[in-house]
Amino acid sequence: MKDKRLLLGDEAIALGARDSGLSGVYAYPGTPSTEITEFIQNDPLCIQRGIHSRWCTNEKTAMEAALGMSYAGKRAMVCMKHVGMNVCADPFVNSALTGVNGGLIVLVADDPSMHSSQNEQDSRYYASFAMIPLFEPSNQQEAYDMVGEAFALSEKYSTPVMIRMVTRLAHSRAEVLPRETAPQNALSPSSDMGWVLLPAIARRQYLKLIDKQPAFLSASESSPCNAILPGREGEGNEGLGIVACGIGINYVNEASPACTGIVKVSRYPLPVQMIRDLGSRSSRILVVEDGQPFVEHEIKAILGADYPVLGRLTGDLPRTGELNPDNVGAAVGRPSSRAFPDALNMAPRPPQLCPGCGHRDVYAALNEVAASYPGARIFGDIGCYTLGALPPYRSLSSCVDMGASITMAKGAADAGVFPAIAVIGDSTFTHSGMTGLLDAVNGNANITVIISDNLTTAMTGGQDSAGTSKYEGICIGLGVDPAHVRVVVPTPAKIPEITGIIREEIQYKGVSVIIPRRECIQSARRHASARAKAAAAAKTKDGEK
Amino acid sequence: MKKDIILCGVGGQGILSIATVIGQAATSSGLHLKQAEVHGMSQRGGDVESDLRLSTQEIASDLIAEGGADLIISMEPMEALRYLRFLSPDGAIITASEPFVNIPNYPDRDALTGELSSLPNVTKGDIAALAQSVGNPKGANMVLLGMAASSIGIVSESDLRDAIGSIFSAKGEKVVALNQASFDLGVKVSKGE
Repeated sequence: MKDKRLLLGDEAIALGARDSGLSGVYAYPGTPSTEITEFIQNDPLCIQRGIHSRWCTNEKTAMEAALGMSYAGKRAMVCMKHVGMNVCADPFVNSALTGVNGGLIVLVADDPSMHSSQNEQDSRYYASFAMIPLFEPSNQQEAYDMVGEAFALSEKYSTPVMIRMVTRLAHSRAEVLPRETAPQNALSPSSDMGWVLLPAIARRQYLKLIDKQPAFLSASESSPCNAILPGREGEGNEGLGIVACGIGINYVNEASPACTGIVKVSRYPLPVQMIRDLGSRSSRILVVEDGQPFVEHEIKAILGADYPVLGRLTGDLPRTGELNPDNVGAAVGRPSSRAFPDALNMAPRPPQLCPGCGHRDVYAALNEVAASYPGARIFGDIGCYTLGALPPYRSLSSCVDMGASITMAKGAADAGVFPAIAVIGDSTFTHSGMTGLLDAVNGNANITVIISDNLTTAMTGGQDSAGTSKYEGICIGLGVDPAHVRVVVPTPAKIPEITGIIREEIQYKGVSVIIPRRECIQSARRHASARAKAAAAAKTKDGEK
Repeated sequence: MKKDIILCGVGGQGILSIATVIGQAATSSGLHLKQAEVHGMSQRGGDVESDLRLSTQEIASDLIAEGGADLIISMEPMEALRYLRFLSPDGAIITASEPFVNIPNYPDRDALTGELSSLPNVTKGDIAALAQSVGNPKGANMVLLGMAASSIGIVSESDLRDAIGSIFSAKGEKVVALNQASFDLGVKVSKGE
């Protein structure tokens, strides 16, 4: 028997994938999914097995590469945060039509409560939309185990399978008992014409996908991932049945309410028969689900529009934000055991740019210049530098999605905004900014783009950035005039020089790019300590000789 | 037996290291454990918090309910107050006494200290100065852990000390010794020695 390990939910997924014969993980960093790929990058056995784990440029390239590995017969996993699903939606939806060869898992980590995100969309809608099976583990051990089941299911029915995590599971540690590590699949590229989604073939593939649906449902009904648990007799809650999805079951168990029974859902399509059984024994059903009211809607279709279904839509649980023991406790009638009122001497402490960060110097310079242009608008993007929207800088007018700074600046400039300035990070630029820059060049948009290059993907903890050392070349290659691709070093001492350059480039009628480049101070610190460690190790080794 | 602990502070103060040490000690003594962490944007100088649940029984929720925490262990006095709603009626607070001020509207210091002192079961210590006194300026978190050791209870003081040894072993004997010395000092302070 193997030893138990204390793992984050994300790490449990990674270990589960390794032990199920994974050959490659493809991902772009995104909280709360990042630790899955990092675990595989650092795990000695994964390294020894040569499992692919290099970061991808964005979620679309990751999804497509994972599909390619599956085409070749090997087991692949693509990981992302929930909004990454929007980026890879095209290959994702179509992968349900092509089907798979080697098992393919689409791992999505949702972020209810938006701890580190710009929305709280629920990826279960995507699985339903693409008509593929979905697993939603409730704890770290299930996360580990479900990866193996998902790969087997994927290969059995030639379908991609989604696993949905949420922040609380992804970033919570508990014990996991691993099993033996399975071998990888042999190389066996497909020769099925179903991979060629020409309309005539796609129509056939779509019918095949529809034909798989009853099998998906019956596999879900008979899976041990879904269970109908006996209720607890007791005072109150007469006639109440509970459907608990994913980690919702943990909060229900914590409250241990009186009820007619509990359907524990960790796999979709929803186990229709179990829900009908519970419905017939109950007079109302409470749906406890993290994210949007997905099951709450679906259950109405199963039990009828008149059947009383309680949840986020009815206000029994909050309409937004993550579940917790208190809001679930309240929904099942457990009185609060709160003892102390909120403290009086307390203030919010929002995150902020690190002292010494180069983004600070960029915003100081930008604000100085923008002050002399009353019409100036600065469009932001996704990364640490989004914090430039908060005090003390308050520089940014927008932050929407990866890459939108450049394209929104272009649209605003088209409408007559002057000066229209975009601020985007290096990794975000290669993720989704390059195509927008080409649009701007082709339209000769009058915009100034700041690529604030800290040589890393800093927000998620300092992963490699896809374009490092290539930015000037990329911009010039896309058609920006080389005389208007300017590189500066953002330090407090250089602010006068930087403001001068920003002014010059604003006056230039066309697309200009300014690249303030200085390593992220967190990465620099880590690199310095790694270098010191290596030097110390070398010294010890020399001493031993 | 169970112990529900809220660990809190400001991003970068080392609360996850405290959690890792307690976690290691708990698993080596065969306890069940769940620990919800904070990653991502909130680590950038903002408030951070981790729920750590230890029990001889299986644990359901990753999060602690309001009024359920046996202990708040905080690297910063105002941050200790932020999680008051989670403290159980007979729960205890063990906190750094010295504020970390990185916001313009930090509360009045005397009022803050007064409010903390008005609560039952509060232990404060100048952990930064204590860590400095054993030559380990980065070890304030281990001093705090030492101060909390007897209140944690469900894992023994010596298991915590051993866990520091195994967690920091990769960084060399000197780092282990410094952190254990910081921990020992915290233990002493909590016993009024």
